[in-house]
Amino acid sequence: MTAHSRPPHLAVALDTPGAPGPFDAAPYVRLARLAERGTLDFVTLGDTFTRPGPDALAVLARVAPHTARVGLVPTVTTTHTEPFHVATAVQTLDWVSRGRAGWQADVSRTPAEAALFGRRPAAPAGALWREAADVADVAGRLWDSWEDDAEIRDAATGRFIDRDKLHHVDFRGTSSTGEPFSVRGPSIVPRPPQGRPVIVVDATEDAARETAAARADVALVRAEDPDTAHAARTELRARAQELGRDPDHLRVLVSLPVELPAAGDAAGLADLLTDWHAAEAADGFHLRPADPERDLGRLVDGTVPALRRRGLLRRAYPGTTLRDHLGLARPAGRYAAVRTGEAS
Amino acid sequence: MTTSRTPARKRLHLAAHFPGVNNTTVWTDSESRSQIEFDSFEHLARTAERGRFDFFFLAEGLRLREHKGRIHDLDVVGRPESLTVLNALAAVTDRLGLAATVNATFNEPYELARRLATLDHLSAGRAAWNVVTSSDAFTGENFRRGGYLDHADRYTRAAEFVATARELWDSWSEDGTPRPFAHRGQHFDIRGEFTVPRSPQGHPVVIQAGDSPAGRDFAASAADVIFTRHGTLEAGRAFSADVKGRLAAHGRSHNSLKIMPGVTFVLGDTAAEAQEKAHHIRRRQVSPQNALLAAEQIWGTDLSHLDPDGPLPAFDPDPGARLTQGRTRLGDPQEIADRWRALSRAKGLSLRETVIEATGRQSFIGTPETVAAEMDAFVTQDAADGFILVPHLTPGGLDDFVDTVVPLLQERGAFRTEYEGNTLRSHLGLPEPARGRGVEGSTS
Repeated sequence: MTAHSRPPHLAVALDTPGAPGPFDAAPYVRLARLAERGTLDFVTLGDTFTRPGPDALAVLARVAPHTARVGLVPTVTTTHTEPFHVATAVQTLDWVSRGRAGWQADVSRTPAEAALFGRRPAAPAGALWREAADVADVAGRLWDSWEDDAEIRDAATGRFIDRDKLHHVDFRGTSSTGEPFSVRGPSIVPRPPQGRPVIVVDATEDAARETAAARADVALVRAEDPDTAHAARTELRARAQELGRDPDHLRVLVSLPVELPAAGDAAGLADLLTDWHAAEAADGFHLRPADPERDLGRLVDGTVPALRRRGLLRRAYPGTTLRDHLGLARPAGRYAAVRTGEAS
Repeated sequence: MTTSRTPARKRLHLAAHFPGVNNTTVWTDSESRSQIEFDSFEHLARTAERGRFDFFFLAEGLRLREHKGRIHDLDVVGRPESLTVLNALAAVTDRLGLAATVNATFNEPYELARRLATLDHLSAGRAAWNVVTSSDAFTGENFRRGGYLDHADRYTRAAEFVATARELWDSWSEDGTPRPFAHRGQHFDIRGEFTVPRSPQGHPVVIQAGDSPAGRDFAASAADVIFTRHGTLEAGRAFSADVKGRLAAHGRSHNSLKIMPGVTFVLGDTAAEAQEKAHHIRRRQVSPQNALLAAEQIWGTDLSHLDPDGPLPAFDPDPGARLTQGRTRLGDPQEIADRWRALSRAKGLSLRETVIEATGRQSFIGTPETVAAEMDAFVTQDAADGFILVPHLTPGGLDDFVDTVVPLLQERGAFRTEYEGNTLRSHLGLPEPARGRGVEGSTS
């Protein structure tokens, strides 16, 4: 499928570059509601353990009840965390947002981050991203570990669940410093509304690209020009196909910095996005405002209407979940398929 | 009346527990709704806030229980991750404290301190942390940290964990800039800068549950609230005197630790009606299958051939059995078996009836008037500072209590009619913690 054949997806970062994030909820709520008014697919919120600011997943959980449609995609790193905690927290974000959770998987590269935990040293990017792929893999397995209809509430037999529909995942992976790790499963959380929350990976860096091709639903690519973005998309799709995935299940968005000091710049941005879309650069755009408080309002009031007039942006959300917005089907649980297959 | 002349009448504290994974939740009731959807959490939290409760309390699960090598399927199971739910609940409540149970064995201080501080900021000062520990290799199989800690190390790690979290919470200077910290101890060797400023109530409230001498000392040294199971007035008074007696050794005042037993309740229009309802609820909590399960957990062997309406097993428990995993052991199996048999003989009870009688938790059963009076008496006689209510229905199990008992407690002057402050510490009457000296080089 060419990038051109569908209207572009649109997402926006809520981060304030270079400044600590606010520590109260109001600014995030205001920005996310603004993004929702612009019918954007999702908002992202970055996170590291060393940049002053609150925990991103917590912030977007706090935002969830104040919004109804916009997707919520926090960054959660995989290097020093427990995969089980990461998986259940993202899974819970999907429950509290009623199917709007995503997860931007990232890695912690620096000795400074490692020193905050004191458990393992920093590791090279390749090893960090291989570990991130393992963590994304086991998270997906944990999300599938309860079949959708596992809760039966069968009063006659006294059984709350059908335990044949819950599965140990028995995952074995390798950490970034080379030790094996294992996760037994199943999750403690029932399968969430989207089946699996949407996994986002910034695939700009070579070391992250394999992980994105293997595990991401949405890959972000930072590119200076449409040709570079197009090439990255082509490569990601090819690699996904080699890994046995349907490349049409992977959305590639160009991640662009934007600065809209004047209203006219918002209309200019619409022209630029239209040109990039015509050049088949990607499946859509992830915009990173220089100043979200200023730029997001201009984006929604200036760029969004211009794109709508050109038929490049919907006027209403097509569904209620982030997967609906992205045109990604709700995946079937892998263990259900295995069990049914064995039975037949 | 002396009460009208006594301005400093002791008031009770109330908290709500979301009834989660256990065999006390009556999920077969027609009014029982989802245990997992946000609507359920929102309903119970809003009800608790309508009742001017101090806080809302979530337990934690890290591994599904297994019995006879298979995932346990009789009780309510499956729950979301606590801190994420509480952050969402912060959006739909204004004053209610939000307490998360989080394990100190399978987390790391920097990450958890940051998540708790974030909840405290995003809720404008309403966060609490119920510190629990595990020495359970079974649960550890879900974590790359691995499982096993000696029982003794559980509390040393937990105590160092809490102390480290407090250092992190204190590590920003008064003018709002992060200062470097370094902590080197038996369990943690970490350094850097914390990313979150001191929170609106200084530190999140620290809750602890634990009844061993080590647990009591840990609570007396580090906790703001202790969550107990001491149900009777006498047991409560003894526990309270013991734990509060340990405070002075840690330089703490009598009022700096609140004792809050987890309790159930059943309300009726008359005492007889309430008793009948309570009996009916117990029969539904302890189904024939659950009665056999409870006995298997004590005897450590397969009892599926037994009739739950028949007698208890004639043989003794298997002392080495590991039939059930992921559930706290409640005591010595032989001792429990002996006690159950004595109870069964004395009252002529079947296996199921014995389980019903032996495993009932502290309950306030009666009319709203008698329940309000009993709770008030518990608190004025220093058996507790308040209660964590554990309803048996999700999510409407607190509705009647808030509609009927709370107004009576308020009329008696035993409970607030409005929140007086905004933070959880202000509800609990706890002082904001002094800033620790604690930054670089402060620890051994």
